Amino acid sequence: MMQYPYIPNSNEAVRKEMLDFIGAKSVEELYSFIPDEVRMKKPLNLPEPCTSEISLKKYMDGILKKNSSCEENISFLGAGCYNHYVPAVCDEINGRSEFLTAYSGDTYADHGKLQAFFEFTSMMGELLDMDVVGFPTYDGGQAASTAIMMSRRINGRSTALVPASMNPGLYSQLACYCEGMKLVKIASCPDGQLDLKDLQSKLNDDVACAFIQNPAFLGFFEEQSGEIGKLAHSAGAEYVVYADPSSLGIILPPADYGADIACGEIQPLGIHMSYGAGLGGYLATRQEEKYVMNYPHHLYNIFRNSRGQFGYARALPERTSYFAREKAVEYLGTCVGLWAVTAATYLAVMGPAGMKELGENILYKSNYAEKKLSGLKGIRLPHSASYSFMEFVVNFDGAGKTVSEINKALLSTGIFGGYDLSREMPELGQSMLVCVTEKTELSDIDALADALAKIL
Amino acid sequence: MSYSKLRNFHEAQWDEPVIFEESVPGSRSMLIPDVSGAAGPVTGDVNSLLPAGLKRTRKPALPEMAQPQVLRHYLRLSQETIGQDINIDIGLGTCTMKYSPKINEQFVRSPKFAEMHPYQDDSTAQGTLKVIYDFEQIMKEISGLDAVSFQAGGGGQGIYANAAVLKEYFRDRGEENQRTQIITTILSHPLDSAAPATKGFEVISLYPDANGYPSLENLKAVVSEKTAGIFITNPEDTGVFNPIVHQFVEVVHEAGGLCVCDMADYNGLFGLVRAKELGADMCHFNLHKAFSSPHGCMGPGCAAQCVSADLEKYLPRPRVRFDGERYYTDYQGPASVGKIRQFQGSLAAVLRAYAWVMSLGRDGLKTVGETAILNNNYMMKRVLNEVRGISMPWSEEAPNRLEQVRYSFEKLLEDTGVSAEHVNRHMLDFGFQRFFPSHHPLIVPEPYTPEPTESYSKDDIDEYVSALKKISDEAYSTPEVVLTAPHNGPISPLENDSIEHVDQLAVTWRAYQKQNGSH
Repeated sequence: MMQYPYIPNSNEAVRKEMLDFIGAKSVEELYSFIPDEVRMKKPLNLPEPCTSEISLKKYMDGILKKNSSCEENISFLGAGCYNHYVPAVCDEINGRSEFLTAYSGDTYADHGKLQAFFEFTSMMGELLDMDVVGFPTYDGGQAASTAIMMSRRINGRSTALVPASMNPGLYSQLACYCEGMKLVKIASCPDGQLDLKDLQSKLNDDVACAFIQNPAFLGFFEEQSGEIGKLAHSAGAEYVVYADPSSLGIILPPADYGADIACGEIQPLGIHMSYGAGLGGYLATRQEEKYVMNYPHHLYNIFRNSRGQFGYARALPERTSYFAREKAVEYLGTCVGLWAVTAATYLAVMGPAGMKELGENILYKSNYAEKKLSGLKGIRLPHSASYSFMEFVVNFDGAGKTVSEINKALLSTGIFGGYDLSREMPELGQSMLVCVTEKTELSDIDALADALAKIL
Repeated sequence: MSYSKLRNFHEAQWDEPVIFEESVPGSRSMLIPDVSGAAGPVTGDVNSLLPAGLKRTRKPALPEMAQPQVLRHYLRLSQETIGQDINIDIGLGTCTMKYSPKINEQFVRSPKFAEMHPYQDDSTAQGTLKVIYDFEQIMKEISGLDAVSFQAGGGGQGIYANAAVLKEYFRDRGEENQRTQIITTILSHPLDSAAPATKGFEVISLYPDANGYPSLENLKAVVSEKTAGIFITNPEDTGVFNPIVHQFVEVVHEAGGLCVCDMADYNGLFGLVRAKELGADMCHFNLHKAFSSPHGCMGPGCAAQCVSADLEKYLPRPRVRFDGERYYTDYQGPASVGKIRQFQGSLAAVLRAYAWVMSLGRDGLKTVGETAILNNNYMMKRVLNEVRGISMPWSEEAPNRLEQVRYSFEKLLEDTGVSAEHVNRHMLDFGFQRFFPSHHPLIVPEPYTPEPTESYSKDDIDEYVSALKKISDEAYSTPEVVLTAPHNGPISPLENDSIEHVDQLAVTWRAYQKQNGSH
C-alpha cells in the first residue's frame, strides 16, 4: 500500500505487526460489525489528489494566484471587516505550534494559554472599563446576539430596540438568533444620529434592551449615546453598546456613558481579514450576578496557590452547556481561542499610547477623505454634520451613476471602492461606505478623489 | 517492570508575571505614523474631530512595554502550553487531535488569502470563491448530501445552524407550533441538546441500553407528531456504533421529523459510511477535527453544514455559485435562515481542509479512517490487557469500537483511592496533554476517552500506554505520587481552583486587584 506522509501507520510492516497483536487478519475485520445497509455502495468520487507536497503547493498556489488582494490594490472596504495593520509579533505568536495546535487542556498542561486568555480579558477590561469580560465567541454578531438574549433573561422582556441603520448583516444574524424576541427598528435623523423621539415612543415595559453601534455602522459617532442609555434605563431596559475596539483609545468606552453590556468585534485587534474569516466577538459587563450567571462562555478565573504562583481555571462552569446541556445559558462550543491570544498580544504591543495614536491616525484620515471627496461634482455626504470615524457614507444620486458602475471603473485603476450599500440599504440611494484605516495613505485618498473626479 | 518508552519530562516553568506587572510607563512596542502635519491643515486639529462628550480623557491602563519584552512574554506562555504538534495527543478523544500539515499554514498565511476583504468584487476573489465552491462539491460527495454551507464557526454553531434550518423548514410548512420537540441521546455531545434548545426546541434525551445505545422501543415511546427531528452522533462519544441507526431514522421519518447527524466523531468512517446512507437529512462535520484544521486554543474552527436538496433554500446566505466560467457570490435566498455568522464563514479552516483532502484523495481518506480504527483497536487491546484498574463499559454486549473508546477508572478508584482526575493530572508528568474524561452527565463513572487518530505511530501509542501502566502501577504501590500530581508542570497544584459566588469572580486583573485592595 501507499505510504502516506501524514499517516505513520500506513507502513505495511507495522500494520501487520499491529493486526497480528490484535488477532485480526485485516482492518476490514475490525469494522465488520457495521451493517451493509449504512455502508457506501461505491468508492468516493473525488478529484485526483496531489500526493506530494510539491505538487500540492503548486496546485494551491495556482488557485490563490487568482486572487487580487487588498495588498495589491488600494482598498476602501470596511463595513464590518477592517484592513488594519497586523503587528508582526501577533503573527509570530499565533503561528507558534504550541498555541496553534492546542485545544482544551487547562490549568496545568496549558497554563500559558490560560494566562494569555486571562490577559486578553484583563486588557479588554481596561479598554472597556468593565470588570467582567468573557472568553471570546465566534464573531461580533454572536456577541451582540448573546448580549440581547442576556438582557431578555435578566428582565424577561421580549423586544430589542435597534437602529434602523445598523449593519444589515448583523441585523440578519440577530434576527436568526434571538429566538422569541422582536427586533424593533429606531429611525435616524437626517444627519444619521438616532432619532430620540422615535426611541422614546417605542420604549415600553416589554423592551428588554436598547442596542446601538458606536461608532455606528455608517461611520459616525452616536453623539447622544449618554441620553440613549438614560432613556433605556428609565424604561427599565438594559443598554447594550456594540463598540469598535480600535476607536477606544480616543473615545469613551460604553460603560462610561451608561452601557450595561458592551459587545463587539475583535478582528481589528491584530487579526487578518482573510475574506471575513478572521472574526471574534467580545462580551463585557459589570460584575453583578444577573450578568455573570447569564454568560454562556467560559470565565477564566485567577487563583493563587500557597507557593504564590498564579493559576487559572474555569469559574462557575455549571452555567455552560458542557455541564447543563439543554438547561444551559444558550450553548458554548469551540470558538476563537487563538484570536484571544492574538488580541492579547496586540493590546500589549499597542499599549495606551498606541491605541490613542491609532484612533487619531484614523480620525485624521477619514476626515481628510471626507474633505477631499466632498468637493467632487455629483457627490453628497449625507452625514457630514456628524463626527465620523474610519467610515462615512458617500451618495452618488446626483452623479447619475450607480455605485456598481463607479466601483467597476475604480477597479480598473486598482482601487477597491467603498462597500456598495444599495443592495442592503436601498433607502440610502446609490451610496457607498468608504473606509480608511491606519494602513491607508493620504496619497491613496488623493488617488481615490482623482479617480472619482474622472469617473463622475 | 520497565517502562522503556517513558520520558523524564518537565514542562517549562517560567514563573512569568501577569503582563501588567511588567509595564514600564512610557515604553512602546509599536509606533503609529503621525499624520497631523499632512492632514491637519485640511481637517483641523484632532481635538476638533471628536464630539466633546465622547472624548476619552483617562487612558486605558494597558501595559506599556517595548517589543522584545512583549514577544518574550508570549513566547514563554506558549512554552507553557502543550499543543498537538509537540505531544502525543491521544488523550483528547472526541476532539480528533491529528496532524495539521504545515504546508497548509503557508496557504492560510499567504497575503493572497489573509489580505482579502469579503466585499471585494467577485472578479478579484476567484481563488477564494473556487476553494469554497470546490470544497462544497467535495463535502457533498463525502456526506452524500446535496448542499453545504461553511458559515458556522465551530461544531456547536454547526449544530445550531442545522437546528435553525430545521425550525425554518417547519415554519415554512406551517408546523412550527406543532413540531416543538427534538430527540437526542444522552451520550451525544451536549451541544446536540443545548444548540437546539437555544433555537427554542424542547429536548428529549434517550439513555443507553445494556448494549451502549438506546433501544428502538425507547425511541418509539417518545416520537410523536410533536417531533421535529432527531440529533444523533454515530458512533457516539463512547466509540460505540449504533447498528440499528437506520431503523431510528425510519421511525423519525415516519413521524414526519427530520434526521440530523452530528459527524463530530467521523474520523473512523471516511470512505465507509456517509450521512446519506445513514438516512440523514442534515449533518455537520467539524473541519477542525477530522479534516485536520488545527484547534487553535479552542478555535477558530469551522462546521461544514450539509443538507439535502429540498433544504438548500434554508441555508445561510450568501452562497457561492459557478456559471461554468466564473465563480460568483449569490446573496439571494428569501427562505434562508439568514446569517449564522458574518460573511462567508471561517474560511481558513476550509482552505486547510481542502488542501488536506486534495493531498489524500479517495484512497488516502479511506486509509485515514481505517488507520484510526486500527490504532484504536491496537491501543484498546493493550490498555484492557495491561493497565490494571481500567475497564470498558458495555464490553460484553458491545465489544467492538471504532476510532475511540470511553474507558472507566472506577475499579482503580475503588482499589486505590486514585480517581480518573488524578490520573489525568499525572499524565502531564510524562509529557502528555490532559485527556478528555467525558461530557456531562457522567454516565460512565471515572471516565477516560482517548482517541489515537491516524497521526500516531505504533511507537507513539506504545509510549502513551506505558504512561498509563506506570500511573496505574503507582496508584497501587505509591498512590500519594499520583494524588499529588502534577509534579513537573508550569505551576504547582492550586489548593483552591473554584469559586462559589459571583463576588469572588476575578476574570480580569482589575477585578483581582480590587478584591485585593490595589486597583
